[in-house]
Amino acid sequence: MSIIQVLFFALSAFAIGSAIMVLVSKNPIHSVLWLILVFFAISGHYILLNAQFLAIVNIIVYAGAIMVLFLFVIMLINVKKDSEPQKQFLVKLLGVVAGGSFLTLLVALVKQTAQIQGRNLLMKDGVIGLIHPLGKALFNEYVVPFEISSVLFLSAMVGAVIIGKK
Amino acid sequence: MPIQYYIYLCLALFSIGVTGVLTRRNAIVVFMCIELMLNAVNLLLVAFSKMFHGYALVQNATSTTGIDAQIFVFFIMVVAAAEVSVGLAIIVMMYRNTHSVDINFLNRLKN
Repeated sequence: MSIIQVLFFALSAFAIGSAIMVLVSKNPIHSVLWLILVFFAISGHYILLNAQFLAIVNIIVYAGAIMVLFLFVIMLINVKKDSEPQKQFLVKLLGVVAGGSFLTLLVALVKQTAQIQGRNLLMKDGVIGLIHPLGKALFNEYVVPFEISSVLFLSAMVGAVIIGKK
Repeated sequence: MPIQYYIYLCLALFSIGVTGVLTRRNAIVVFMCIELMLNAVNLLLVAFSKMFHGYALVQNATSTTGIDAQIFVFFIMVVAAAEVSVGLAIIVMMYRNTHSVDINFLNRLKN
């Protein structure tokens, strides 16, 4: 077992365990903290795949900005534990069964897909995850979507202010 | 590393997100589970981009095949950030109106 496989399985177990803890935590703040751990594990996977730019952006944008926004909102509206009535046990069980069936279906589908049998990933080589090729592609071929996304940000900002101000 | 491992990991994360949306009642936690699903899809896109990049490098040593997927992941992150800002504003507004973040209060979208 090579070091890459060891790291892959460790990070995968870490990600899935933290993702399950997001669900089972009663307190929403604990859910946010576990979700930040999931994002760190996913960033570790990006580094393992030599997608360094996305790893850093994932940490800065998701763990740094989005989850802080979640924490801020949770603390702002001060959700009390008793103010959130739990769903009945049957509904929870049905939800878990539905999610598990979905997973089983997709795994069975992947198992019999011929196109991906025996395909391997390039793990640590390749330059496409580095910032230089990505920046070149972003500002040559994808410059119009880049500018449109800035308009999207502006409209999201205006929308959030209008909705929150009311 | 076979691509199947990454597919199974991302399917597991995505299914955990689906289960969370189905079982939790707190709107903020439901929203966080949606973020989890987005991240699972991002990881799968990067994994596939590296797979195709590896096969293109055999043909051509200077190929940049697969860079589109990483740009798509970047744009997905951009859209997710915009979506979160508006979604959390909606949750705050809903809390002001109903004094609860229970999604069962939202089953009728009026009143």
